[in-house]
Amino acid sequence: MEDNRKVVIELQNVKRNFQVGSEVVHALRGVSFKIYEGEFVTIMGTSGSGKSTLLNQLGCLDTPTSGEYYLDGVSVRTMKRRQRAHLRNRKIGFVFQNYNLLPKTTALDNVVLPLMYNSEYSAKMRKEAAIEALKAVGLEDRMYHKSNQMSGGQMQRVAIARALVNNPAVILADEATGNLDTRTSYEVLVLFQKLHAQGRTIIFVTHNPEIAQYSSRNIVLRDGKVREDVQNPNIQSAAEALAKLPAPQDD
Amino acid sequence: MNFINLFKVAVRAIASNKFRSFLSMLGIIIGVGAVIVMMAIGQGSKNSIKETISSMGTNMIMIRPGGGMMGGIRMDPSAMQTLKVEDYEAILKDKYYVTYVSPQVTASGQVIYGANNASTTMYGESAEYLDINQRSVEDGEMFTEEDIKKAAKVCVVGKSVVDNLFPNGGDPVGKTIRFKSIPFRIIGVLKSKGYNAMGMDQDDLILAPYSTVMKRIQAQTYFNSINCSAISEEYSDDAIEELTQILRTTHKIKEGEEDNFSINSQQEIMETMNSTMDMVTLILVVAAAFSLLVAGIGIMNIMLVSVSERTKEIGLRMSVGATGLDISNQFLLESIMISLTGGILGVSFGWLLSTAASSLFGLPTSVPLWSVILSFIVCVIIGVGFGYFPARKAAQMDPIEALRYE
Repeated sequence: MEDNRKVVIELQNVKRNFQVGSEVVHALRGVSFKIYEGEFVTIMGTSGSGKSTLLNQLGCLDTPTSGEYYLDGVSVRTMKRRQRAHLRNRKIGFVFQNYNLLPKTTALDNVVLPLMYNSEYSAKMRKEAAIEALKAVGLEDRMYHKSNQMSGGQMQRVAIARALVNNPAVILADEATGNLDTRTSYEVLVLFQKLHAQGRTIIFVTHNPEIAQYSSRNIVLRDGKVREDVQNPNIQSAAEALAKLPAPQDD
Repeated sequence: MNFINLFKVAVRAIASNKFRSFLSMLGIIIGVGAVIVMMAIGQGSKNSIKETISSMGTNMIMIRPGGGMMGGIRMDPSAMQTLKVEDYEAILKDKYYVTYVSPQVTASGQVIYGANNASTTMYGESAEYLDINQRSVEDGEMFTEEDIKKAAKVCVVGKSVVDNLFPNGGDPVGKTIRFKSIPFRIIGVLKSKGYNAMGMDQDDLILAPYSTVMKRIQAQTYFNSINCSAISEEYSDDAIEELTQILRTTHKIKEGEEDNFSINSQQEIMETMNSTMDMVTLILVVAAAFSLLVAGIGIMNIMLVSVSERTKEIGLRMSVGATGLDISNQFLLESIMISLTGGILGVSFGWLLSTAASSLFGLPTSVPLWSVILSFIVCVIIGVGFGYFPARKAAQMDPIEALRYE
């Protein structure tokens, strides 16, 4: 298949072994795929399938035992800790299951955080970029709320704004709806679909198969290998699903 | 991360744990406060010793009988009787670097006037006593050469003696008092000088011609000491040299033999006292410094707790691009700030305490500027030294582990 789209992520036979006691655990046994700019990819798998290990590889938090990983054309395998930190800062936006906001800190200060480690941003530029990101997730009126004064859905939207603020090559979401109730989960999915529509590249790691129907491509892992890698020709709208939900009960 | 951002992060971290931060600062506050107080007392005492000595005249030189007191070995009583009238006369004749000379003969005893009595010390001196000791006669006048020649029974008294003998007031000049049952006519009253740093009342004395005290009271032929003053402070050493030569000649001491007298300048005495004072201060400061060491360990402890408590935050910061150095700087700055803030509070606390000590107990204190600067430097060193290990621990965390930490 001829493809002129820009490759954001390319894995070539990535293997990752862990030494546990005297045994070697093969968490990834040769994973290869390319992710193109503007894709919304869900990566699925049961626990033990290697999806956390894969996520750590994709997020440059770890390096492969063998094989190559190119992020935005740059080889990550031989990079030092410091270089990978720099790469994460410029190319990756993380969204975690448990939000990971700084405690007792305003939404704005949370969103600003990645830019604090980027010397190219002045204080003024940081604030502008953070406000922009908070607008994108619909929280412009809650900029000065502290993390402990927000609901789970709001906190996750702040976390998404934080992932957006450095204008990353890829957004990596790790079970981003895992801690949320159904309605809020859909709200967050609506937001991801909106970002996808704006041309952002999103990788959403989850064990929840329902989420796959809202993404453009689904990769299934099992026992450290890619089991299935399919395009989704029929992307469902999370907004519609949200509208169909019974109205929230006031009690 | 640049310094301003680091600073903000550190301030926020400390502010979000105010009580805990304060408790770990408390060690530093107490430690630095103690060091400052000790140094203030040491410096204050030194200042007041210096003041006393310079008020006595910094160019004063004392000649005492007996050699250099080698561990108290020289026990021959005749050795203490080596200063004679001939020595005094020789000095008067040959002095060049010495301006004033006064032999001294002391006698302690009871002084009586009417129904009042007091115990005091009588100093037999020459009239030059006043110039050597920088004193002056307020009422009446000083005794003269004539009085000395005649061994006249006249005296000049200090203010405390006047207060003791004339509690109801009245002019003491012209009155006759009895010292060791010998009648003396008061011809003058010394201007008050108050207490010296050693707590000695400098007004509790009676001055009389040395000849009178020697002949009529002590019945001795030698002086207890001879006090002189050099032309000026700088010539103290030359004056000592000169006096040594004169006395060796009059005492007929051969080349290579030891002196049977000792000469000290006020300068030397001050140096000795200062070095003693420095020693005492040093011991106190070292004791106080140990509390700073303990305080540093307290900071390290709290930083270790803080690092493990904020493992998740460290993981997050690393995941959004913080390098190990960023993380380590963050915690290092935090510990420096705790320690330095503690230092600032400690200096203020120490300063307040020493001010209080001097106004409440009359303790002479003075906070030297260098001790304040030193305290700040020590605090930064403590912050870095004891913050380094926790900061390194934080910096070396694996972001994956840190993010997963519950």
